[in-house]
Amino acid sequence: MAISTTSDHADGPGHELEDLLRELTPQVLGAVVRWSGDFAAAEDAVQEALLAAATTWPRDGRPDSPKSWLIQTASRRLIDEVRQQQARRRREERAALREVPLGEVEEHDDTLRLLFLCCHPALTPASAIALTLRAVGGLTTAEIATAYLVPEATMAQRISRAKSKLKGASFELDTDPDRLRNVLHVLYLIFNEGYTSTSGPELHRSDLSSEAIRLTRAVRAQLPDDGQVTGLLALMLLTDARRAARTGKTGELIPLAEQDRSLWDRDQITEGVALAVEAFETPPLGEYQLQAAIAALHDEVDRAEDTDWPQILALYGLLEDLSGNPMVKLNRAIAAAMVDGPDAGLKLLEPLDEELAGHYRLDATRGHLYEMRGDNEAAAEHFRAAARGTTSLPERDYLMTKAASLS
Amino acid sequence: MTKFMLLMNMDGGNCDTPMLEWDKADMDAHMKYLGDHVERLRQSGELVEVNALSWPKHAKVVRSTGVSAPVLTDGPYAESKEILAGYTMVDVESEERALEIAAEQSAAPGPGGVPLEQPIEVRRLMESDGDLHDF
Repeated sequence: MAISTTSDHADGPGHELEDLLRELTPQVLGAVVRWSGDFAAAEDAVQEALLAAATTWPRDGRPDSPKSWLIQTASRRLIDEVRQQQARRRREERAALREVPLGEVEEHDDTLRLLFLCCHPALTPASAIALTLRAVGGLTTAEIATAYLVPEATMAQRISRAKSKLKGASFELDTDPDRLRNVLHVLYLIFNEGYTSTSGPELHRSDLSSEAIRLTRAVRAQLPDDGQVTGLLALMLLTDARRAARTGKTGELIPLAEQDRSLWDRDQITEGVALAVEAFETPPLGEYQLQAAIAALHDEVDRAEDTDWPQILALYGLLEDLSGNPMVKLNRAIAAAMVDGPDAGLKLLEPLDEELAGHYRLDATRGHLYEMRGDNEAAAEHFRAAARGTTSLPERDYLMTKAASLS
Repeated sequence: MTKFMLLMNMDGGNCDTPMLEWDKADMDAHMKYLGDHVERLRQSGELVEVNALSWPKHAKVVRSTGVSAPVLTDGPYAESKEILAGYTMVDVESEERALEIAAEQSAAPGPGGVPLEQPIEVRRLMESDGDLHDF
């Protein structure tokens, strides 16, 4: 079950099996957690069942009901485990006497419950991400470790610590809106991790974006009327649609205005725009809906110069009121510059000197606005300052190239 | 999560006696302290890699024009305090956490159990990710 290097899984039975197993993972895990009441042990047992399926099905053929097979295999493993422990500790064989569930359990989807559990507020974002990818996404520890560029032992340790932290946590759905917000935030982080990875040795990481989209679709299937969920899915699709155009041949970053828009994924844009409209009409408006609306305005036009900047400026205004995030203020300054000229943008940046003192993105934004103004010397100076401030290699290369082209 | 490199030079901190001349008990206590520390980082899921470098007698410096044969010299002959002794790479939630780990390393015991206060240089790794946002 290796993470493939493309989002296209249509090539071959291996991918088909991989997709099926990953789709069944949360359903099977949900059933086993429900039956055993022990998330950590159930998760281990389901991983073993998935591995068994990946090795025996291609050889012996696929069972009639793959889901039942997985639930039964995982349950038996769990019982074996419990029996061994009990033998060791000479405890009564309480759990082991329970019957193996038949597999044809109620047809409700436990994906949401599992996601809520894996994105528990007691966990750090890094732990929640790792656990979500494994327990809900069905990825192996090795795959997650590769995607996050750490040794497998390190990732295994994080997952096992996360699981032990969840001991005793309820499997029931908590309808507190903060819990859903946490889930969406974790999905957003997974998406971003994949999206911002540039091509090259980390090519496989882009699959994290596909995984985040898949999981967000699963949440939307359960909560179709939630505007935040729909907005997040729209945002992911509209952002991911530009993936092929955002880096050049050597992995260099290409800004939105200079991207070859014929490389954008039209189907994803069509779906994303429809969802963005639907989300925007579903109050209350949150950050994801607003960001999706902005992404839709960018994606809808064939030429950068046709972009509806007045609308984007208005949306950034709403977003700023909502979040107060200084990064949003930077984007609003850019939009203001596109509508009213660079001086309007530069003026909006002034109050950020304190809030974002020394942050490279403030320097980078000033660089762009001075460049628009035709003040190449000041622009180059700000791009150089930004290049010294960033911790991202591709961003640094972009900023240095910008500075060099203006000097 | 962010990766940091914790660099330790062959700088004895507040101890002028070279480690090769320490008592065995002091050396054992020092090694155990650092070994336990690494083990805790492994358990917490923060350790990426840890390595010690061989003594400078095995070091070479290479200079090349890319055309003629490269020039090799022994070295580096910098003051031994400036020679890299080893590094620990961690993947942590924040810079504060990286600094905390470095402080624990710095406080490794020297002769008589006195903390060495070895200087640890903390460097953040460049990320391969990048995003220009909507510029």
